Amino acid sequence: MTSVAVVEPPPRRGAGRRLSSFLYRHPRLRLGALLALPVGWLGIVYLGSLAVLLLSAFWKTDPFTSQVVRELTLDNFREIAERPVYREVAWRTVRMAFLVTVACALLAFPLAYYMARVASPRTRNLLVVAVLMPLWASYLVKAYAWRTLLSEEGAINWALDPLGLHFNGYSTTGLWLVFTYLWLPYMVLPVYAGLERIPQSLLEASADLGGRSLTTFARVTLPLVFPAVVAGSIFTFSLTLGDYIAPSLVTSDQFVGTVIYRIYGTALPTAAAYALVPIAVIVGYLLVARRLRAFESL
Amino acid sequence: MPEPRLTRLLLRLGAGLTLAFIYLPLLVIGLYAFNERVTQAWPIRDYSLRWFGVAWRDESVRDALWLSLLAGLGATGLALVLGTLASLAIARHRFFGREAITFAVILPIALPGIVTGLALQATIKDLLGPVGVGFGLGTIIVGHATFCVVVVYNNVLARLRRTAGSLDEASADLGADSWQTFRYVLFPQLRTALLAGALLAFALSFDEIIVTIFTSGAQQTLPIWMYATLFRPDDLPIVNVVALFVILLSVLPVYAASRLAGGGGVEQVAAGAAKVEAGAASAP
Repeated sequence: MTSVAVVEPPPRRGAGRRLSSFLYRHPRLRLGALLALPVGWLGIVYLGSLAVLLLSAFWKTDPFTSQVVRELTLDNFREIAERPVYREVAWRTVRMAFLVTVACALLAFPLAYYMARVASPRTRNLLVVAVLMPLWASYLVKAYAWRTLLSEEGAINWALDPLGLHFNGYSTTGLWLVFTYLWLPYMVLPVYAGLERIPQSLLEASADLGGRSLTTFARVTLPLVFPAVVAGSIFTFSLTLGDYIAPSLVTSDQFVGTVIYRIYGTALPTAAAYALVPIAVIVGYLLVARRLRAFESL
Repeated sequence: MPEPRLTRLLLRLGAGLTLAFIYLPLLVIGLYAFNERVTQAWPIRDYSLRWFGVAWRDESVRDALWLSLLAGLGATGLALVLGTLASLAIARHRFFGREAITFAVILPIALPGIVTGLALQATIKDLLGPVGVGFGLGTIIVGHATFCVVVVYNNVLARLRRTAGSLDEASADLGADSWQTFRYVLFPQLRTALLAGALLAFALSFDEIIVTIFTSGAQQTLPIWMYATLFRPDDLPIVNVVALFVILLSVLPVYAASRLAGGGGVEQVAAGAAKVEAGAASAP
């Protein structure tokens, strides 16, 4: 037996091989084979569902049976625009999303800055894991933990009691704390990544040119990391807008998510129309974020 | 240029406070699992392991856990297939509509979960109801797979970008067919990325509630069971035990995944970015 025979086994001949060389000669078909399932799934199951939802925003609800009547109408949008309660709730939700975003940015910054600029590489890796782990711990468990903490007999009021203070946790302020807690890691990670990308040489150049550390921070670091903050804010903002579980755990105040959740069973068309509000706000937010170059920071 | 000492001190303090803010609530809820009493007052006076037994014997907890595991496995399986195919197409081909596909993969987690949930429910009820498809495990899996795809997709795409397409061509030149190239060349390179993606997808599915409520009908996954039970004060001790269990069960795979993804801090951030993009949900 020669070694040539060993290194050159006869190529397999069969349907598989013919198919494979056929596909190699037709890259478009190969691409089509790869894309058929995922595009079919996302296109039909997901985008199709969104289209159904969008369409149902134009349907009628029978006021007596709560059944959906398939007649096109703009009544649902008129109702949302005219009834002040819908506007009030939308406004309250957007305000909450904004305040949560600000709180997350303020809390995330020192931690991210410490991770990126002060900590040793070893500590840095540990901190990254420390921020990542709670991100994956169950959302519901975290919200439930805060429901327990914020209660009258909970740990927060226990800690405030010796100071003679009392905090009414089941309130909008309490919810603001819960949201800030829930979405904080979503802000820390992009800001950390943004800070880490700033070349050391830029900061040194600023110092060489006479910039003191505060000046360097305000005029070099902050503008460079701002897109990363905007990137993080996309999550804190969008996640707050559509949430209905956390509000139901700590407050009786209504938010866009809780209203949709309450009415969809009896008035799906109105709920569908109202669901377009957070979508519109987020799309608008994404457009602004793109102008601020936030997507390059993701 | 090192920061001045006072700045470093303040930063350390700020970082410490933020970390405490992140971890204290988890610690407290973990301790409650060992609370002997039914009331949830703090501080805990008597500790015991009693409720672990009660939770273990609870039929509804077991059913919910079983459903969550099945849903997680189903969604992970689907997400693996769809995510891998999509990432192969995006990484190895240039074509019209490529941007649209990357956008469509991310959309299910970029939009609020309530929108995804409501859309799926309206569709299942309107279009599939008349042909006899009801809400249950199947519809839960469909919902979860839709937003789990991105996690697998991100992991595999990141790996594909680091591996050369020329290896596939070399394999073909040496006489391998497409399947052999996948099996012996591509798959070994992707193995850990696939495993990491699968673990993350499972964790995402296991915790999801916002979309699941809309697609589960009368069935209860573990998070839905918790959500329904935590309004009943007498059952809170069981909820506490399940909460501790869920924290451990969702954090361990993520720890494993971050080690698989390759140890380095940067890659772990990439793994985290998948979740960050995964917005949870979507909550997660």
